[in-house]
Amino acid sequence: MIPLEINGQTHQVEVSADTPLLWVLRDVLGLTGTKFGCGIAQCGACTVHVDGQAVRSCLLPAGAIKGRKITTIEAVGATPAGAKVQKAWLDLEVIQCGYCQSGQIMSAAALLASTPHPDDSDIDAAMAGNICRCGTYVRIRAAIKKAAGAA
Amino acid sequence: MSSARPELSRRTLLKTGAVLLYGFHMPLAQAATAGFAPNAFIRIAGDGKITLIMPQVEMGQGVYTSVAMILAEEMDADFAQVTLEHAPPDEAHYANPMLGMQATGNSNSIRAFWKPLRTAGATARALLVMAAAQQWVVDPASCTTAASQVIHAASGRKLGYGALAARAAGLTPPATVPLKDPAKFTLIGKPLKRLDTPGKVNGQAQYGIDAMPPGVKFATLAASPVFGGKVAHVDDGKARTIPGVRQVVVLDDLVAVVGDHQWAAKKGLDALVITWNEGPGAAIDSAFIWDDIRKASAQKGVVAKAAGDADKALGDGDRLDAAYELPFLAHATMEPLNCTVHVTPGACELWIGTQIIARVQSSVAATLGLSPDKVKVNQHLIGGGFGRRLEPDMAIKAARIAQKVDGPVKVVYTREEDIQHDMYRPVYRDLLSASLKDGRIDGWTHRITGPAIMARFAPPAFQHGIDVDAVDSAVDIPYDIANKRIEYVRREAPLVPTGFWRGVGPNNNVFAIESFIDELAHKAGQDPVAFRLAMLEGTPRLKAVVRQAAKLSGWGGALPARTGRGIAAQISFASFIATVCEAEADENGEVKIRRMVSVVDTGIAVNPDTVIAQLQGGLVFGLTAALHGEITIAKGRVQQSNFNDYRMMRINEVPRIEVHLVKSGEAPGGIGETGTTAGPPSLGNALYAATGIRLRRLPIDRDVLAGRKQA
Repeated sequence: MIPLEINGQTHQVEVSADTPLLWVLRDVLGLTGTKFGCGIAQCGACTVHVDGQAVRSCLLPAGAIKGRKITTIEAVGATPAGAKVQKAWLDLEVIQCGYCQSGQIMSAAALLASTPHPDDSDIDAAMAGNICRCGTYVRIRAAIKKAAGAA
Repeated sequence: MSSARPELSRRTLLKTGAVLLYGFHMPLAQAATAGFAPNAFIRIAGDGKITLIMPQVEMGQGVYTSVAMILAEEMDADFAQVTLEHAPPDEAHYANPMLGMQATGNSNSIRAFWKPLRTAGATARALLVMAAAQQWVVDPASCTTAASQVIHAASGRKLGYGALAARAAGLTPPATVPLKDPAKFTLIGKPLKRLDTPGKVNGQAQYGIDAMPPGVKFATLAASPVFGGKVAHVDDGKARTIPGVRQVVVLDDLVAVVGDHQWAAKKGLDALVITWNEGPGAAIDSAFIWDDIRKASAQKGVVAKAAGDADKALGDGDRLDAAYELPFLAHATMEPLNCTVHVTPGACELWIGTQIIARVQSSVAATLGLSPDKVKVNQHLIGGGFGRRLEPDMAIKAARIAQKVDGPVKVVYTREEDIQHDMYRPVYRDLLSASLKDGRIDGWTHRITGPAIMARFAPPAFQHGIDVDAVDSAVDIPYDIANKRIEYVRREAPLVPTGFWRGVGPNNNVFAIESFIDELAHKAGQDPVAFRLAMLEGTPRLKAVVRQAAKLSGWGGALPARTGRGIAAQISFASFIATVCEAEADENGEVKIRRMVSVVDTGIAVNPDTVIAQLQGGLVFGLTAALHGEITIAKGRVQQSNFNDYRMMRINEVPRIEVHLVKSGEAPGGIGETGTTAGPPSLGNALYAATGIRLRRLPIDRDVLAGRKQA
């Protein structure tokens, strides 16, 4: 049993220690908001927060995160930065198919939590790991700026 | 908390903004048991709840919102209170009128359903008015409607649609119903908020990959890495020792491992020692495929369109010849291919997001030897379609695996499997010749060589040896050219399965034509915009957007060294679009796209913000292919495997994108694929302006741009 603290609740999960957090979330705990995209940390669809940092959960072994605080898309709206990002995403109608957007929102929320007023290069650095096949990037950039400007 | 998986089959109604949307998974429409169902698209319950049934699937193009807007507009429904449901597999009621089958593709959802949905909404409204007029004993013409109510202003009476549902259900619809004057539209033409997006910011939206029927197990698969190969032998000794591995399924052409979760399945699959009978496919590579299509393109094709005497005109004028080529492309939808299947004695249930729900049903039924009505298909939101989910192959494979599994099994492709077992955008080769006379094009021939996807996908649409998709946007070239001939040579790609890819036939043709037009402008010593404008007398809507795009992009204005502007004009999917790309190429051949300007005349834009979003995203999709996209074959295998070697544009590569809509009262055009066709030719033309180097193949070759290699 591995104890994991996810969205403020402690879960005891019975998986081998090398099991990536992504599959614990999706297949063991049923938190399917975190998405599988590539499995090699190239696309960012699986991004979660570990102690507030954006991390690709597809390569993060469950055994390596005991005692760390994990936040997923299902609960990021309870954080100030997450709520601002979600609102800006809807205000600017960023989303198309939406499959990558859990990861985009998690990356953007982590960026704003650490850098409340990011410039374009900050946005590039924080968001270049998240692929959007629908090509919503221009709205993602605008929405991050809008969220940053929100009181 | 224990590790037990929570109950996931709940069907919870979520309050998403002002609109109720089934967030966990949208249930299939059920036959109405009470209330008023005037047609297949509308149900009104006695309590006033209005349910709109979506004939087209939502894959990011905003179609649920725009379809709902059209229905609600004509029925004067309170848009904030409508609920949406996916249509079930039912060709009789939900076939796409332009495609003759239940399919979401070819950028035609709005074009195809514009009239039927307006009529459906107007019919519902007419019946509700008749019901109210009967009840009040007044002239129906004295009643009006608004916000899901019938109103009799003279007496100050109002009745909600719910209260009228039972009476309306007993009435016969009038033979004809008037449609609204577009000047009186209150929803259509407004940039309304999308109904599907609130559930996509908090993890609640349900895609096919998120289906969790009780007791589901998880599987991943490996098909023969060589196309057409078979399983020879599988050693599963090590795989069976991995914790969480439950079963190894060996079929003739694929192997799957079933586990307690995807990681166990993946580890199990990696631990298998599989020997394949590769078969003759192992001898095929990209060089062979290109040699094959080049040889085929040297033959005369079937004439798809001809006017005047193209050969004579080519002989008389100042002639230019060019060959353009496009590579195989994978779709790489962000949601990897997947399908969840539960096979039970005599029946089957599927959970999937698909562009072709009825074909999935019939294909799986045929695979399992069941009648289609024994196959239940649960439709989901789609995490990227782009044409990949116009095919049922993932459902068939999943069903074959599920036949061997006790209970439901979710089959999820690894990204590598998804890229290496796609149905690829085919290779195309275009031979173009033209002659100039008095600064205009006098003769034009265009020979398109490539696979006939339509011949496989919709055989009745393949007539006289002509694939209507492969010649789309070529037979209807918009320029005034007196002498022209457009030919098609059908050549199936050896070994490699091909299918529709966002932009379909026009992708190839708009790239080849608009690049070649640019070549001709330069040969004629003319400005590429002026050269086009002079030949667009017959298509004033295109002429207008070309002018506007030139103006808004600052066409002709000064630019830094190694930077240029390129224009592309197109009538594709019944929309008129001009796009100017501004790009630079440095001494090393590295490309930076600085700015895109598109001017779009798509007729009536049902939801203008969605149209703009589709152009923005479509341009990125097309530019991604131009910058990075190529699938290559070696020893019968796809050489690319994941996003590290099959690259996507990322946010740091994306330029400013400006999309301008032309106000129009014309019928709506298609929009989902238009940006994709506009991106590559405008980029290629900009790079020519920047460097003087013409790129006739995609993806762009940095070595050629840097002068390290000949084009």
